[in-house]
Amino acid sequence: MVRCPGGFGRAPLMSYSSEWRCARLETMFEVYVHVPFCLRRCGYCDFNTYTARDLGNGASREGYAHQAIQEMRLVRQWQLDHGLDEGPVSTVFLGGGTPTILTPSNLAAMVQAIDGIWGIEAGAEITTEANPDTVDADYIQALADAGFTRISFGMQSAVPHVLHTLDRTHTPANVEAGINAANRAGLRSSVDLIYGTPGESLDDWRTSVKTAIALGVNHISAYALTVEPTTTMGRRIAAGVLPKPDDDDEAAKYDIADTLLTQAGFDWYEVSNWAKPGYESRHNLGYWRNVDWAGIGPGAHSHYGDVQGSAVRAWDITHPKVWAQAINEGRVPFAGSETISATEQAEEQLMLGLRIREGLDIAQADARIPQAAWRQFADEGLLDPRALNEGRAVPTRRGRLLNDAMIMQLMEYIS
Amino acid sequence: MATQHNQPGFTDQSVIRNFCIIAHIDHGKSTVADRILQLSGIVPEREMRDRFLDRMDIEQERGITIKSQAVRVPWTFDGVEYTLGMIDTPGHVDFTYEVSRALAACEGAVLLVDATQGIEAQTLSNLYMAIDHDLTIIPVLNKIDLPSAEPDKHAEEIAGLIGCDPSDVLRVSGKTGEGVAELLDRIVTDIPAPEGDPQAPSRALIFDSVYDSYRGIVTYIRMVDGELHSREKLEMLGIGMQHDPIEIGVISPDMMPTKALGAGEVGYVITGAKDVSQSKVGDTITSAKNPATEPLPGYRDPQPMVYAGLFPIDNAQFPELREALDKLKLNDAALIYEPETSVALGFGFRCGFLGLLHMEIVSERLSREFGLDLISTAPNVPYEVTSEDGTVHRVTNPSEFPEGKIKRIVEPVVAADIITPKEFIGAVMDLCQDHRGVMGTMEYISTDRVEMHYRIPLAEIVFDFFDQLKSRTKGYASLDYHEDGEQAADLVKVDILIQGEKIDAFSAIVHRDKAYSYGVMMTKKLRELIPRQQFEIPIQAAIGSRIIARENIRALRKDVLAKCYGGDITRKRKLLEKQKAGKKRMKMLGHVEVPQEAFVAALSTGEAGNDRDTKDKIRAAQKTEG
Repeated sequence: MVRCPGGFGRAPLMSYSSEWRCARLETMFEVYVHVPFCLRRCGYCDFNTYTARDLGNGASREGYAHQAIQEMRLVRQWQLDHGLDEGPVSTVFLGGGTPTILTPSNLAAMVQAIDGIWGIEAGAEITTEANPDTVDADYIQALADAGFTRISFGMQSAVPHVLHTLDRTHTPANVEAGINAANRAGLRSSVDLIYGTPGESLDDWRTSVKTAIALGVNHISAYALTVEPTTTMGRRIAAGVLPKPDDDDEAAKYDIADTLLTQAGFDWYEVSNWAKPGYESRHNLGYWRNVDWAGIGPGAHSHYGDVQGSAVRAWDITHPKVWAQAINEGRVPFAGSETISATEQAEEQLMLGLRIREGLDIAQADARIPQAAWRQFADEGLLDPRALNEGRAVPTRRGRLLNDAMIMQLMEYIS
Repeated sequence: MATQHNQPGFTDQSVIRNFCIIAHIDHGKSTVADRILQLSGIVPEREMRDRFLDRMDIEQERGITIKSQAVRVPWTFDGVEYTLGMIDTPGHVDFTYEVSRALAACEGAVLLVDATQGIEAQTLSNLYMAIDHDLTIIPVLNKIDLPSAEPDKHAEEIAGLIGCDPSDVLRVSGKTGEGVAELLDRIVTDIPAPEGDPQAPSRALIFDSVYDSYRGIVTYIRMVDGELHSREKLEMLGIGMQHDPIEIGVISPDMMPTKALGAGEVGYVITGAKDVSQSKVGDTITSAKNPATEPLPGYRDPQPMVYAGLFPIDNAQFPELREALDKLKLNDAALIYEPETSVALGFGFRCGFLGLLHMEIVSERLSREFGLDLISTAPNVPYEVTSEDGTVHRVTNPSEFPEGKIKRIVEPVVAADIITPKEFIGAVMDLCQDHRGVMGTMEYISTDRVEMHYRIPLAEIVFDFFDQLKSRTKGYASLDYHEDGEQAADLVKVDILIQGEKIDAFSAIVHRDKAYSYGVMMTKKLRELIPRQQFEIPIQAAIGSRIIARENIRALRKDVLAKCYGGDITRKRKLLEKQKAGKKRMKMLGHVEVPQEAFVAALSTGEAGNDRDTKDKIRAAQKTEG
């Protein structure tokens, strides 16, 4: 029998059959590599990243690829020790930080190592994030030669004063040059945008979305600015120096993005992601479909749906120096792990499934949630009534904007 | 540990000195008391715990003494061992009656004043009470070790108040112990010995009665006449009940059973009474075999001055709340309660308290000691409302306010005494005027401090008068008040409606002049405190069917985290689980989730906002009156 992990089941909006997808999800395995270095720290960012070149124990920009490859070997052994014969790898994603702060040959070496350790399947999606300041045409060509298929630029905004508030140093021209080089090298390209930056007007945001569309990319992510209290921006907002992002303003900007992107031929496939048909990020869809993945690098999370009968999530040591030390001592650098209980699995299923266009298969959802609850959401305009008739919970635009409120109400039926 | 020669029941009145300490909160009474215990040798150094006398956690944390205690302390002066009865008194206005009983149990009082602060209104009122009881006053300035102490200035002030020479004012430091031995000597030399009749039928004044979970009711007494013996049946003269004593004894500093207590001595008796209402403060204990006929003067039942509803957030906790109140009642004769049903809040109790502090202490103990999550409604005072048809209603809850035309409303009034530095006279006058106060006299108690006398409706004080007084006088003013009759007033009931539904827990009885600002403030406050939900929520204030203020909580448009990638999932799940737990603390009013703070906020809407929006809305509300 084919088990559908996470219960996402049939996917009418995707191009492949349900049997194929279930079977595929059962064995799907992805690799994420976190690169914890940046040229400078942006005031809004709370990611695990460092501006120092060398953090010790081999956790340096120069030595990083080597350390990460060592970790991959240790993780592979850990998997085998736990009865997990993962692979081949369907997607690879290099995120950060700024992966492109490393040399193209370093990035290539990591991809080669993944292929050597787990095998990379034919037609796999291999993505790196890129800072427009750190890449040029040669760099991008080198990535393509190394097997990369996709590049995602942190564009954030096309408006100089917004970029300034975000501490971003690149210019809109850098981004355009990067996309053009990617197109020439045959890479799929994507840009990330941020809305809700203090001082950003609705027109500023329209400009950014339109500029991104005009770049000719086939994938756009648009994220509401999330202010973390521990960041420089968080402190400036707490001190009243910068205005606090306003939910209504962000909702208006979400509407603008969804409208403009839809008009330009992009479909939403996750709350914050839009793509031309067929250009979805398969790697990221894997997270929302709850597949297995290995997270390599300081602070990276890994997920395995069936470790001797239990779903497990583990995360690496956060600080690169301590992380590297563990690797040097031949230990898998996990800082901690959790066994995901049945209730937690049901909660995560709601959290993830309700974010995506393919939605949640209601037949697979927690049985304690009454049918009336789904119907009520459809009546309130939060779920698509037609999809609901077909047994799937798919959020409307309003349902995407009120996603967490909806999840919360459903969680009350569980536990 | 020091050996005491004077044995309980065999101590001549001539070597007994009974005294209490009158002090304001934070003026260091407990520290000085601790120092006395230590100097007398009855508490060994190593067992000396700060604030030995304050037993309950809340007392320790708040630095106030709720319940008095009585300790037998030996002190040798000129080669003679004296037995001092130190009676610790509560320091707060709510417990005035208990203070008066403690004073009645003494011949002298130590007036303890913080040398950095000077005397405060409540201390002054207790001082006057002590003078009324003909107690010998020993004036003492404490905290002279502090650099900011101004002993000369405050000695003048005290001397002026009690009519002594400034040089008679002792100077001590509870912290360092300086001057405390001299204080004990002065207690021996200045305070008169008790003058009861050791041969007469026994009479003992109950000045405190507490519930102890191991011992049952422990009743603190001051022997006036005769003797009580450990195996003698006792009678409470006031309520006419008899008890077999389980134990009598003294506290020095722990409970020590004794065979007898003689005239003039201070001690305790454990009677087997089930709760403190069978052994009430102010009552007289006598021997059932040879009873006295006349009770000692001064017994009365304390009357609740403030009422509020207490409701468990989770209505399933109602039986636990009842049990908890029953337990508190064992120890608190002044606490009264009866079941109440609120449309908004479900089942709870309408409770009567002596005052606001009493109310706070009770709610805090309910949550801390009994783990109850409670919503407390805004406090209100008892009104007498006469309908047009002549029926009279006693209203202790806005929901009892009769519908239809009202002929007359009578509210309780207090006499308030406020002591303030003279630069704040104007601020205090403004505040009292805002609260419908009528000024009486004003006296300078020193060159730079005045005592002002006002008559103010109690309802105006139970909201946040005290907080405002403190903030407008930079914390320098102090307040004391006592009941002073009643008066007719032009009051109306203001209702608050959420999504068109009247929320009984937010209804308030307020003066007509203030109804508009109350309505505007309350709707604005609720708009801030109630989180936005998926639909629009109108919030209205109304007098009868007339809407006087309206605010709108706009529908929530966005509630979603931007990112949920591999590393975000656990964090997001935990965040949602936490929010889910937080929601359990919300009260559902119809479809609307209202946080507990909204109910608390209703307690502090006294001060009208000064912003333009508030002013405009109040003006608009006033215009609705045709």
